[in-house]
Amino acid sequence: MSELTLTVMRLGFLAVLWLFVIVAVQVIRSDLFGTRVTQRGSARRGAPDRPQPQQQRQQSAPPQQRQQSGGRGRRGAPTKLVVSEGTLTGTTVALQGQTITLGRAHDSTIVLDDDYASSRHARIYPDRDGQWIVEDLGSTNGTYLDRTRLTTPTPIPLGAPIRIGKTVIELRK
Amino acid sequence: MSSSTTNTTTISTAGPPSRRNTELAMLVFAVIIPVFAYANAGLALSDEMPSGMLSYGLGLGLLAGVGHLVVRKFAPYADPLLLPIATLLNGLGLVLIWRLDQSRRLAQRAKDAGMAFSPSAPNQLIYSALGVALFVGVLILLKDHRILQRYTYISMVVALILLILPMFFPARFGARIWITLGSFSIQPGEFAKIIIAVFFSGYLMVKRDALALASRRFMGLYLPRGRDLGPILVVWGMSILILVFETDLGTSLLFFGLFVVMLYVATERTSWIVFGLLMSAAGAVGVATFEPHVQSRVDAWLQPFEVAKNGGSDQIAQALMAFGSGGVFGTGLGQGNSDLIGFAANSDFILATVGEELGLAGTMGLLLLYGLIVERGVRTALAARDPFGKLLAIGLSAAFAIQVFVVAGGVMGLIPLTGMTMPFIAQGGSSVIANWALVAILIKVSDTARRPAPTPAPTTDAEMTQVVRP
Repeated sequence: MSELTLTVMRLGFLAVLWLFVIVAVQVIRSDLFGTRVTQRGSARRGAPDRPQPQQQRQQSAPPQQRQQSGGRGRRGAPTKLVVSEGTLTGTTVALQGQTITLGRAHDSTIVLDDDYASSRHARIYPDRDGQWIVEDLGSTNGTYLDRTRLTTPTPIPLGAPIRIGKTVIELRK
Repeated sequence: MSSSTTNTTTISTAGPPSRRNTELAMLVFAVIIPVFAYANAGLALSDEMPSGMLSYGLGLGLLAGVGHLVVRKFAPYADPLLLPIATLLNGLGLVLIWRLDQSRRLAQRAKDAGMAFSPSAPNQLIYSALGVALFVGVLILLKDHRILQRYTYISMVVALILLILPMFFPARFGARIWITLGSFSIQPGEFAKIIIAVFFSGYLMVKRDALALASRRFMGLYLPRGRDLGPILVVWGMSILILVFETDLGTSLLFFGLFVVMLYVATERTSWIVFGLLMSAAGAVGVATFEPHVQSRVDAWLQPFEVAKNGGSDQIAQALMAFGSGGVFGTGLGQGNSDLIGFAANSDFILATVGEELGLAGTMGLLLLYGLIVERGVRTALAARDPFGKLLAIGLSAAFAIQVFVVAGGVMGLIPLTGMTMPFIAQGGSSVIANWALVAILIKVSDTARRPAPTPAPTTDAEMTQVVRP
């Protein structure tokens, strides 16, 4: 076999080996950039340097999420949950078909720091048609949609305020 | 309370959770690379395509395919990289062993020693098949890794037996790490490393609070209470005993290192690492002063060329020469002289062949592949939701990483050489089979960790309200 062929094969093999490593690292990339970062921090006005990276993070995340959920999302369906009043004002959570739990318990999706909230206060989840439902989980002080206290799981209209203690959340596009 | 709870984030994976198609694509890639390497080595050695190329490629492809189908069925959310990388490493190992089988020098050496030279590659292929069979068995039979937690103390006993047994068998090549049954011999240490990781995770899960919290602060270090030092002293004593009676630095280092890593992960106390390093250094130096076998290994590490000149073993010297002559891009598969190493060229010293024939670039690529397996293991531990799974994944990947470090460091002259095998690549049945089992457990843990949370079951309440809704 000619020297040239062997040299080409030798370098070709190294190239293929490294290509495998690079492709493997690309697969891992999804662990870093395909993640959803849900900020549960309070929007404190006093510390302007901290929220900066968080905002960047949130801004950079949505295009990816939209790419992945593309086609699945219905027209007019809400894409995020926004806290509009209370200590967590400004927090958003992307809606991707997962159940969102609210309450003082530490493992809740949105941890409410509120004396009027129960530890497992309410949950928000999509039903089979993709309609988002809010359900009170037997809280002490109740969950309000607009002005009415919830007694059964209720579909959430876009933009309707859900009040839990001092916190108000709503679904937005 | 508010200050501690407000600035937290939840990180969860978005996107399609099951990555099986990615895994399949990577697997195809991982089978093609060794076939290419096989063709390359064959062309370089004998100027023609090797005759067994088709069957070899099909064999490797079949093993990978079976593995993939079982993962698809029994661990659908598992990590997509573990299986392809393991397959690639195993395939490259088979090529390297086959290439050393063709060496005339090694055949001549065997003839001079009065033994029939038998090629190792066919056996290694059979062992790989057994390894994949065990991989499949673990995936099917182990429904949930938390079952292993029940066998914490049983696995301690089994691991101790596996570690102590080789002391009663005759030493081979200066170390008692084999159990010999007739013509068949196994290296129980390879299996013990998995079983002992199960024990450590079960034990530390229960005891970690006592080990982490009950401590005094002294000079910036948390000093544990005297009675909490018990377990680390026992494991240290065990590894010293292994070192003295089995004269095997590698196994000893592996177990002690594994324990220290898991202690650190379980308790988050840096002091364990400081203690561990001090104790292992003291133990190693202490044993090396009176154990002649360990002393000779240290001599061969410090002055490899002097030892070779004075009629000692020239293995390390030859390995260093092999790395040197490989240069950056290597001499090409089948065109190096790494078979000059002679004994154990295709097992403990196989990295020298990589170093010579694939050069620095190939060696780095190979080490990165090992690094990726470890990274996937650590990532699995981060994602795991139960503490036992976390510790188990960390323990298994740490054992893997320490083993690679101990062998690669030994061959490259960084630390004294020990008789351990390069996972998946080196010739040796126990090693290949045990490492496939290790990867299977990691895949099982990662399947549980990456599985999306179940969707809420619609309650009967909800059903009733839907009837009422207009």
